[in-house]
This record gives sequence, structure tokens and C-alpha cells, in this order.
Amino acid sequence: MSLLAIELAYWQITVIKLVFSIVAVLIPAGATVYLYLFKMVSFMQSRLGPMEAGPFGSLQLLAELGKSAQKEDIFPEKADRYVYAFAPYVVIVSSFLLVLVVPFGPNAMFANYDTGIFFALGVSSLSVIGILMAGWASASKYSMLGGLRAAGQLIAYELPMILAVVGVVIQAGTMNMQGIVTAQIEGEIFGMGALGNPFILTQFMGFLIFMVAVQAELTQTPFDMPIAESELVTGYMTEYSGFRFLMFFIGEFATANIFAFIASTLFLGGWSVPPFVTDMIGIEADSAWFDLLGPGVMAVKMLAITFVIYWVRFTYPRFREDQLQRLAWKLLIPLALVNIVATAVLKVVFV
Amino acid sequence: MSEFLREYLLVLLFALLGVAAVGGLIGLASLLRPNRPSQGKVKNYESGVNPTGTGWSQSQIRYYIFALLFVMFDVEAVFIFPWAVRLEELGYFGLGEMVIFIFILTLGLVYAWRKGVLRWV
Repeated sequence: MSLLAIELAYWQITVIKLVFSIVAVLIPAGATVYLYLFKMVSFMQSRLGPMEAGPFGSLQLLAELGKSAQKEDIFPEKADRYVYAFAPYVVIVSSFLLVLVVPFGPNAMFANYDTGIFFALGVSSLSVIGILMAGWASASKYSMLGGLRAAGQLIAYELPMILAVVGVVIQAGTMNMQGIVTAQIEGEIFGMGALGNPFILTQFMGFLIFMVAVQAELTQTPFDMPIAESELVTGYMTEYSGFRFLMFFIGEFATANIFAFIASTLFLGGWSVPPFVTDMIGIEADSAWFDLLGPGVMAVKMLAITFVIYWVRFTYPRFREDQLQRLAWKLLIPLALVNIVATAVLKVVFV
Repeated sequence: MSEFLREYLLVLLFALLGVAAVGGLIGLASLLRPNRPSQGKVKNYESGVNPTGTGWSQSQIRYYIFALLFVMFDVEAVFIFPWAVRLEELGYFGLGEMVIFIFILTLGLVYAWRKGVLRWV
């Protein structure tokens, strides 16, 4: 808040943070759903996509919202009513907690925890509980199978994700998200500091594993076995209707964006731009200017990463259950362990 | 309240905000949506035919084995993170210790692999 040069009380700062958290969760979700899920996929499939609601269909999302709001809220007769009703809350809460640790500028962040990335990995698995709750409480065979598949897949890909992050933590020497960004600004590659050291260069293996795991955690195709529409209807969401159904979707796409934010913080330098750019335009990397520029820089990096996520989603066919378990346990986890050991050896020997 | 606890108070507030957002939206929609429950509507979906048996059917044991393996590696992750932060200070000693630790864990994975439990049958 130093940019405004006024002192705010704790509750005032907290209210501002809560308002901005809604912006940070929902606006990127809406933007990427329109840009990629509605429009990009249409162009990839040689069609126009939504065109009627607003210019180029840009108000389609509002129309969808209005449509969902008018749907009856159906509770299946055999469902465990309380668990069934509460499951969407858990999924959304997980996205809100996840955005908490993402830094958007040197001071523009919600919370600066020393355990930053560890906290993020922890709360990201909350959504698994929500999905299992939904699958179990619906008391439907499709939901049950979908929920179990989702749980099996999410825990299998949780591990490569955690282990891929360890490489970054070793290089940065901290779990604090802000510290990871600073480490990338101040980093040098072979003594050259012009680019800084975005960890995608030195942790390329980690980045690949992380992105594959993110794809699986979000149950995006090719890892959409849990909601495989040709065999399970929509998996754990089968019985949901109206706004409760929409909540799972919002949760999924909001989490996709926040994971893209986290990936850009870990591997692409977060809110910072390469040092030679800051030298050129003549502002310090940690000046208050970056509280204003940072969210924009993050948005660009987020859009780039989500582009890849949706590109893969619309390109590849679905993995079979045994194939995706094999990929996680027999390829990604051993690779991630090798990555940790290699990073640690290089860190100790060369620093 | 101490500064430390205040930092983590945000976790609670954000969680409450998430609950409020969902509750608010669903509450708002209740003004718009119809409510006409009928026998057919509340039946569990089973491709259009009447559902048979219970939805809570028995499931494969293989999920349980994967969950066990997951716990093994998750506990390992808890050990690895603090080590990763302090690696520069720990130097060769820390490196050696962790290589041994990861080696033992890999043995666990190799054992499960050889036993064939990683095969999804």
C-alpha cells in the first residue's frame, strides 16, 4: 500500500484483499473460458463458436450464467443430502485458498507466507475431497465411479507435482513465493544476469513434469477419465444441476488459471520482467511500479500457460485408466526423483 | 493477536469468502429457479432406465493400494521440503543423507513395481 502513501488499518487492507481475491479468481476464469474454451476450440475445429450474445459472442458467459440460474436445483432421492449440497463449496474454497499465496507484485499480494508453495500444494488437494464428496453423496453408479477415478488420478499426479516443485525450492533456497521470484530476478546463467534466471531454463524437466501434473490435476483431456462423457456421463457431476453444477465448472477453470499463475511464478519469473528490460526502461525491479505492472505481466504469462493447457486439451485423445496410472508411477515420479537428485548435486557442487 | 496469527487469519477469511460466494450465488438463483419436484425427476440417473440396486456399490481394491503408495511418498515430501530450503547450508553432508533417503524410497517403489501392484489390472 506504499504506492498510495496512505496508511490503512488492518481491516481496511483485509477488505481490499478480499475484493481483489474475487477479481483474481473470477475475471481470469471468465476470460480464459471465453478466449480458449469458446473461441479457440471453435477455430481449431473450423467453426465460429458463440456469435449471437454480444460482439463475437463475448457476452455468452453471462447468458450461460442466466441459463444456469433458472435451472431447478434437484437433489436425487437417495443422495446424502448434506454432503451433496456441501461438495461444491469445498471445490470453490480450494480455489480461493490457492490464490492466497500468489504474488502479483513486490507488495501486491494477498499473503506472504514463508511456506508459500507448500501451502499452495496443500490446499490444492482440498478439491479432491470436494470431488470425492460429490461422487459419494450422489449415490449414483456413474458418480461413484467418477469420484473414485478422480481421487485415484489426483493422488497419482499430486506426487509428480510436489516432487517437481522441490527442484525449484532447491534452486531458490526458499519456499516463499516472493523469494522464488526474487531468486529468479537476481539469478545468473553462466555469469550473465541480463535474463535473470527464470527457472524454466534450469528446471526444464521440472517444468514439464509440473505442467503434465497440472493437466491431470485439473482433469483436462487427455486426463479426463473421471468425467469421461462417453462412459460415465459426467462422472462425479452427473446428478448435479443448475448453479451447483456450474460451481464445479467455475472451480475447475478458476483453479486452472491459478495453477497457471503458480507455474509462472515458479518457472517464468512471476510478476517480474527480465532485468535487461528493467534496465532499459529505467525502473528498479522491486519498485512500486511493479505493483501496477505486475498483474499485467502475470496475466500475459498466465494466458500463455493456459493456452498450452487448452491446446493440449483439444488436441489429444483420452488416456485409458491404466495408461495414466502407468505414466504417473512409472515415468513421472522416477523422473522427478532423478531431477531432485541432479538439482541437489549441481547446487552443492557448484555453489 | 500476534502478527503471525494475523497473517494466517486470512486463510480463514478467504475460506469464508469462498463459502459466502457459493452460498450467495445459489441463494440468488433460488429467486429465479422453479421448484417442482416429481417422482421421475429425483430418481438417480442410470441412462434413462430405473436404477437397480444401490449406488454405493463395492469398488476395486486397487484404489486402496495406490492410496497406500501415495501416503508413502507424501510423507517423504514433507521431509524433502525443509531439506531443500536449507541445502546450501547443509552442503555435502545434507546431500549425502538425502541421496540415501531417496534411494531407500526408490527401493520401495521398485519393490511395488516388481510385485506388480503398479499394473492396473
